[in-house]
Amino acid sequence: MTTFQEFIGNEGHVPAWPYAIRYDQEQEIETDVLIIGGGIAGCWAAISAARKGAKVALVEKSATVRSGAGGPGCDHWCDTAANPLSKVDPDEWARELTKSFGGYGCGIGREIQCRENYHTLLELEKMGGKIRDDEDRFKGVEGRDDKTKFLISPRMNPFHDTNVVIRVWGTTFKPALKKECGRLGVKIYDRIMATGLLTEKGVQGGRVIGATGLNCRTGEFMVFKSKATILCSSSGGSIWLMNTELAGYNTMSPRAVSGDGIAMAWRAGAEFTLMERSGIMGITPGFKHRWYTGAGDASFENVPLVDGNGKELPIVTEPGWGKKDVDRMGFGWSAIREDVMRGKYALPFYGDFPSMPAIERKVTWNMLLEEECTGKIIVDTYTEAGFDPSKDQLQNYALIEGSSLPQWREANGGGLVVDWDLRTSLEGLYAAGTQLFSPGDHSFAAATGRYAGRKAAVFTRTANQPTASKEQISMEKERIYAPIKRSNGIDWKELHAGIARVMQYFCSEYKTESLFKMGLDSLHEIEEKWAPTLFASDPHKLMRSLEDLSMLTHAQIIIHASRARRASSKFLGFNRIDYPQLDPPEWHKFITVKQENGEIKTGERILDYCGNLKENYEAHNRDYIEEHD
Amino acid sequence: MKVFAVPNIATPGRPAVFNPEICNGCNTCVDHCPSDVFIPNPVEGRCPIILHPDECWYCGTCVNDCPCPGAVQFNWPLQQRGYWKRRETGRIFQA
Repeated sequence: MTTFQEFIGNEGHVPAWPYAIRYDQEQEIETDVLIIGGGIAGCWAAISAARKGAKVALVEKSATVRSGAGGPGCDHWCDTAANPLSKVDPDEWARELTKSFGGYGCGIGREIQCRENYHTLLELEKMGGKIRDDEDRFKGVEGRDDKTKFLISPRMNPFHDTNVVIRVWGTTFKPALKKECGRLGVKIYDRIMATGLLTEKGVQGGRVIGATGLNCRTGEFMVFKSKATILCSSSGGSIWLMNTELAGYNTMSPRAVSGDGIAMAWRAGAEFTLMERSGIMGITPGFKHRWYTGAGDASFENVPLVDGNGKELPIVTEPGWGKKDVDRMGFGWSAIREDVMRGKYALPFYGDFPSMPAIERKVTWNMLLEEECTGKIIVDTYTEAGFDPSKDQLQNYALIEGSSLPQWREANGGGLVVDWDLRTSLEGLYAAGTQLFSPGDHSFAAATGRYAGRKAAVFTRTANQPTASKEQISMEKERIYAPIKRSNGIDWKELHAGIARVMQYFCSEYKTESLFKMGLDSLHEIEEKWAPTLFASDPHKLMRSLEDLSMLTHAQIIIHASRARRASSKFLGFNRIDYPQLDPPEWHKFITVKQENGEIKTGERILDYCGNLKENYEAHNRDYIEEHD
Repeated sequence: MKVFAVPNIATPGRPAVFNPEICNGCNTCVDHCPSDVFIPNPVEGRCPIILHPDECWYCGTCVNDCPCPGAVQFNWPLQQRGYWKRRETGRIFQA
């Protein structure tokens, strides 16, 4: 028996809720550093703070052993500019990364990534993470360094001659990180959803002194009191996505990614930037194959693509490494589409594994795809079904699956404004990983988590343990338990779809002031009329319901930020009908948003508010540099 | 045959299939699943129950981390089963 229906058929009744219900109980935990989110950034923050002698509690809505977008695996350690084989200077590389995409990069985070992610990787190896081809399994593969046994990847074209990306065995990482947390005495609270930040005297904009939480299995209320808090959760994964059932099998973000951190930091009064940025979902609208099920992605790197008749396409997934005369940045898809329509190429296309040199085929199929995110189960499924990469061509879904609708978008890179300690605008609150305005990248999350952990730990040495506001705790308790007090109304799935619909209509491809106003009015209507009818019959559904409320807040922030940017920008995927000029110089700046006394405050910062990356990094990290050089 | 009144099955509804001959009910999959798709079986030692199949992320953790090989198999939804072609024969297969 495996399914719910089979259980009913056999037992004649629905299963009882398997965990003790503890809605009426409360647990209080006091710690130096509280980590919210136990993904890659969160685990590293916990380890780093604990190494500095801090008492650490880590709160994870899911299960730390595999949670986070990089929890199941990761096949590339990107931008490792300080590795011994690198051909670039870490500071210069960080500058390049920050300047790319119009200069809207997170310079502080990029500098930390480029200076420290190699140290981070070596520490990971000591914990049990696999980062080298020690067994010489891939000897002879292009990019392998026989001395260090690193496999250098050709990713990051057209800058491929940089040696900054190392292929790694990321399925080993998360269990190793969790074990290290345990060894260092980090107290892990799995299946606990952080719901709100506690601030000194309960005041918006005040020092952050902990958080409240909900046990997603028992419903128990949790109060965490901390001297410092590090937000390591993520942006919302499905704000424009109406379908809650079909999305799971292709989105790159796990279900737990629902913008809870964004929503709680917003309510606490923290400052955000780039919240108006969004992109069309390339792979995630719920009806597509995951990108690694048929070439067309960096994990396939050198797999040549052929058409339905075996004719080679003038394109490679990751151009470079011996491939010339290819469209390096645009990947040439529009020209290929025209050729298909003219009959030059036949659909569908295939990843032509058999034509590859045996060792390249082996490293692609048996390492890259197995190690990348959720790829292992895909590779195993194909293998069990009889796929043999030496004989078989893997179908590619380019063109035949169509493009995503412009209304199917994803929040893309907005987050908390931070300083050189990765401290947010609120005292006591730090941020790392995709909680910053940042790329969704494994080594970025790891390095910034590790950095925020040590900075927060230092802060706690002189910080006092303030008293939490009883009123704030009591109000949060009332907010989060409201859905279990109702037995009918709107369920979490319907509410989710309703919020997504508003975003599709009023803040997607067509952006203009009148639509934004309608969007805010509609979200306000949801907040006032529908959210108060939200009901949940068990702690799990209560968690999903609270995620919807986070999503509602997140959606509102996006529209507020969008209103404030009165210009279009190709770099931000942001096109306004009423301000059509793309990237006018006067709008080449960060727009910030926050709440102050419940009012929306917008502001701006110059693009290089981080200052000189090298100088500032070194000024803020003298001890670290001495320790590591 | 007894017929029960139950709502429609969530789609996709069966992301994993347990083998009761091999599964010892250790609940590692219950503990590791990022989405809490499974709940423990009320009878100790029996296979977990798939309660939230519609929330599956298809990450494979339940299979990859299972300490009893063969106890749980992945079950891709029909529309997500990819195709391939044997180069020599041109024959099309589906996973």
